[in-house]
Amino acid sequence: MPDNSTVNKKSSVVKDETIIKIENLTKRFGKVAAVDDINLEIKRGEFFALLGPSGCGKTTLLRMIAGFEVPTEGKIFLDGVDVSNIPPNKRPVNTVFQSYAVFPHLSVFDNVAYGLQFDNVSKSEQRERVMAALEDVKLEHLAERKPDQMSGGQRQRVALARALVKRPKVLLLDEPLSALDAKLREAMRFELTELQDRVGVTFIMVTHDQDEALAMACRCAVMDRGRLMQLATPSTLYEFPANKFVADFIGSVNMFEGKLILDEPDKAIVEVEELGGKVFFDHGVLGAEGGQIFVGIRPEKIELIKRTKDMKKPQMEDSPEDCNVFAGVIDNISYLGSESIYEITLENGRRMQVSRPNLSRWDQEDFTFNDEVWLGFHGDSPVLLQN
Amino acid sequence: MQNWFENKRFFWATMLAPTVWFLAFFVAPMALVWAYSFGENAGPVNIAITGTFGNYAKAFRPEILQVLSDSVVLALIATLICLVLAFPVAIAMTFADDKTKSWLLLLIMLPFWTNLLIRTYALIAMMRTEGFINFTFAFFHNIAVSLGFNLGDYVPMELLYNKSAIVIGLVYVHLPFMVLPLYAALDKLDRSLIEASLDLGAGHLTTMWKIVVPLALPGIAAGLVITFIPAMGAYLTPDLLGGPNDLMIATLIERQFKRANDWPFGSALSFILMYVTLIFFALRTFFEARGGKVSAH
Repeated sequence: MPDNSTVNKKSSVVKDETIIKIENLTKRFGKVAAVDDINLEIKRGEFFALLGPSGCGKTTLLRMIAGFEVPTEGKIFLDGVDVSNIPPNKRPVNTVFQSYAVFPHLSVFDNVAYGLQFDNVSKSEQRERVMAALEDVKLEHLAERKPDQMSGGQRQRVALARALVKRPKVLLLDEPLSALDAKLREAMRFELTELQDRVGVTFIMVTHDQDEALAMACRCAVMDRGRLMQLATPSTLYEFPANKFVADFIGSVNMFEGKLILDEPDKAIVEVEELGGKVFFDHGVLGAEGGQIFVGIRPEKIELIKRTKDMKKPQMEDSPEDCNVFAGVIDNISYLGSESIYEITLENGRRMQVSRPNLSRWDQEDFTFNDEVWLGFHGDSPVLLQN
Repeated sequence: MQNWFENKRFFWATMLAPTVWFLAFFVAPMALVWAYSFGENAGPVNIAITGTFGNYAKAFRPEILQVLSDSVVLALIATLICLVLAFPVAIAMTFADDKTKSWLLLLIMLPFWTNLLIRTYALIAMMRTEGFINFTFAFFHNIAVSLGFNLGDYVPMELLYNKSAIVIGLVYVHLPFMVLPLYAALDKLDRSLIEASLDLGAGHLTTMWKIVVPLALPGIAAGLVITFIPAMGAYLTPDLLGGPNDLMIATLIERQFKRANDWPFGSALSFILMYVTLIFFALRTFFEARGGKVSAH
């Protein structure tokens, strides 16, 4: 397991200092806890994502950091100062709203200059800073435009410039890409990470889109029903999910309930009734004793082998005989160009997903509907999950 | 779907009745009054339409101009007081939760469903010399006297039968006309604009003044016009609450048709009132066109 404490080097501006510390933070609306006892730390210069399904509390958490919601319990420290009860207009934090919230009656320039009139900044410096911010988002040529003459992407840039011109300690982004169309969304992913790298401000982004979070963030906090499920780098979340929820939410996964029958420091075996066989791990899974356990296998980590009648069950080279290999029939194929996803029905009726990259131009022709196949995976592929 | 206006039979089947109605009971009487305004009395009941502009010229006599300008000024004051009172109410309705919102709306609408005459007499009951307001003041006055303050006898305030009574009455009657368009405009406002302003460092009052008010301008303009026009043409309120010399134009018109039996002059005054009204409608349209440009996006 990789060390979670070191920050992924995606961003060159991350420092090993805490800028936001959240302690036992809870927000209740009536009886419902939208945010339930969350503890986390965000590092200076980090691109941080709050990820989760709708209603998981990520937006409430963001709004508490912005100051729009007052915590029911717990504290938020910004740069060592407790800001839990400081109103939004007194916090060195700025927000890019999901709807952008660009003021429709003000020009682009006046929108960006709006926040500076409340800081002690001279008129000439205001002008300079506004133009610099507009350059940062490549809008300097549209300073005199009114928002209703701009596209959604351009209005988002106005919202970005308007927040960044205040030189906040933390920039909050609420679902920044959700209102853009697919192509622009992809371009904005790169642009936002580049912008963050250039200005060096800590970004905290809320998103329900796992691709977005994985692609952009240094670290993600995955939330569900108000609780923090896992805080880790994107690759750790994907390859080493801490629990069933994270494994299921990030990417797709084949998941089965199992029973641990062997657990040694360098190997483990789980009996999986749903698969009608055993799953071998090439490492120990200490501490997994008792309670329900689940085995998760990502679709791309499973190999397909053609199966003919009377063929002996093959053996994965790193696994004991009779482990990690199962027989099935291809039921359905989704051809996605760069890869194909195969729906396979096992002998006991249970379905599994296998994905296979189309590395050569002929790869998709290797398998077709109703082909009988063996599914095999290595001992380092499955993950053991609890609850 | 087929354009119904292109289907002649359907069009005339549905439009015939309203067309006849409008012609007989709206256009024709208006035309008649318009014609009278260019006529002269040719006997106790006969009016000769002579094409004279004398009736309009009469309106420019100082005592008539005084009534006209009084009407405009009183209606304007009432309208502005309505704006000041209605804006916070509209804000409260906008930000209230759904249940409170419908109760507030009901409270605003309730007077609408009560007869104007009854409401005005209720107002008189409040404001007359022996009314509840004077009674309340007298009560506290007497307490103060019994506590040893040497204030002398309570002299009741003359609240009725003057211009301020008219203004109070006009505000009372026309407040809903102001609240509803303001509420409609504020309710459309994207809440995140307010949050964005706070987020950028503005206080609540600055946000109100720099974001909410400018974006509510079309609603404010609509409210001003919708309140001003009926306030200026009000008849019952100034007639019952004003003094003998506090005339507004509607009362003046009424006197021409009844007491003075000068239908041609009354008709001319009616049309002058309508022309003034149309000017304010034009202003409203102008503001709406400008407001539309600002709020559309």
